[in-house]
Amino acid sequence: MTSLADTPLVRPGIGQGLKDVFRRRYLLKLLVRKEIKLRYRGSVLGVLWSYVKPAIQFVVFYIAMGVFLGLNRDVGNYAVYLFSGIVLINFFTEALNNAAKSIVYNSGLIKKIFLPRELFPVASVFVSAAHFFPQLVVLLVGCFLTGWRPTPLGLAAGFAGFLVLAMLSVGLGLFFSSVNVYFRDSENFVEMMLMVATWVSPVMYQWHMVHERLGDFWFGVYQANPVTVAVELFHYAFWSTTAGGDAALAAPPQLFELWLPVALVVSAAVLALGQFTFRKLEIKFAQEL
Amino acid sequence: MSEQSPITVEIKGISKQFVLRHTRSIKEALIWFLKGRKGDLSAKFHALRDVSMEIRQGETVALLGFNGSGKSTLLKHISGVMTPDEGTVRTRGRVAGLIEVGAGFHPDLSGRDNVYLNAAILGMSEAQIKERFDSIVEFAEIGEFIDTEVRFYSSGMYLRLAFSVAVHSDPEVFLVDEILAVGDEPFQKKCLDKIQELVDAGQTLVVVSHDLDLVQRVCSRGILLEHGRVVKDGPSHEVVEFLRARTK
Repeated sequence: MTSLADTPLVRPGIGQGLKDVFRRRYLLKLLVRKEIKLRYRGSVLGVLWSYVKPAIQFVVFYIAMGVFLGLNRDVGNYAVYLFSGIVLINFFTEALNNAAKSIVYNSGLIKKIFLPRELFPVASVFVSAAHFFPQLVVLLVGCFLTGWRPTPLGLAAGFAGFLVLAMLSVGLGLFFSSVNVYFRDSENFVEMMLMVATWVSPVMYQWHMVHERLGDFWFGVYQANPVTVAVELFHYAFWSTTAGGDAALAAPPQLFELWLPVALVVSAAVLALGQFTFRKLEIKFAQEL
Repeated sequence: MSEQSPITVEIKGISKQFVLRHTRSIKEALIWFLKGRKGDLSAKFHALRDVSMEIRQGETVALLGFNGSGKSTLLKHISGVMTPDEGTVRTRGRVAGLIEVGAGFHPDLSGRDNVYLNAAILGMSEAQIKERFDSIVEFAEIGEFIDTEVRFYSSGMYLRLAFSVAVHSDPEVFLVDEILAVGDEPFQKKCLDKIQELVDAGQTLVVVSHDLDLVQRVCSRGILLEHGRVVKDGPSHEVVEFLRARTK
């Protein structure tokens, strides 16, 4: 019993933010596993659905956009071009949508038991990453079928693109989930923002179309969006070696030297802002929920 | 429970004011602002006023009072779910407990998954859960139903499992909010025995309950709250008598 006297008196309810999430990573793992389990509960195909849906999506894109709309003529191997951007946007959309709702959704627990509340938005991002994986597999199959050759720089680009969006999702997720406790408008705003995200990044079109219309300065502003850079990194990783003659247009100049560091800095800043806001607001979660 | 026992819960002059906001949207807040901030967008009331107390290791404390007196709010301040507007709360060691039966239980998960999840929520490590799993199931008398989804459980089974996880989490300070009233007689007795065992081993117990007979049996100290203030603090039978005399 002497050991208890040696432990210091601490103020309960004052956490250390994301550091606590790391400390409680076993609980994080269980929360993520719970969500994944619940998602496929009672379905016969179970986790196979995660492969079937993106595979069908890919085939539809290939036929409707590549063949019927003839976009294959303008952009070589358009289906892979489009799909590599779409899977990344899918991840971002799901991660942020769920993260923004996570605190209100788990209010029953947050009002009763103290635990690091950052766990919930972070868990949402991890769950989305788990759902992203099957889409990546489908993308890779599409890549190999169209003559993809993996390169070390390409794989690094793919990893960097994912990392940028994961950081951004956690940062924005922390911000909007905590604001959502006070104003439920927050989750609607997030949905609107995500709808715009698909179009302000070169998912459907190519970056040089933007450059031609906007000029250098505004293109710089366009490039400051980490989502844009992440999509371009994915194009570089998965599409550029399959594109034939269009490969030269795969990435804007200075993608690695300039824009990737910019995206990392912006994402890290958003993460810091999200954490700061969350910690300011979480003090009153229990009484506001 | 001598004066030498270390303090496990120290509360110094805490106050808590609740703001009852009437709006949940930016639009309404904006309209209110543009209209010259007429009328109250919120109402305030004091849930706790200048509450102080010290609880030492091994004490069994009952928080007493009528509905709305601030007992549960005080318990939430000790657990860290809420933080005070003024004053400080400090605790020593791990604080956990049962604030509500099955908070954190998910009906669509099996009993086994729920035990793991709930135990981790209460702060147990993976190794601790694995080590105590059999003991948890045995105490809860769930047996073969442990792999059945919790939504098929009877309310008694549900309660037993939740309680069992909580007592096995073995915190330094154990908080219990009004759950001893549920459950049948034999299980209630089993729970009380278990709690006594934990207290003998040096655990601190803080209970919120309206069951005055039970409180006298389990707790040695009573603290009576009224409108967010401490009005009496002493041996539990005295405080219970005082409370009973007031209601007559």
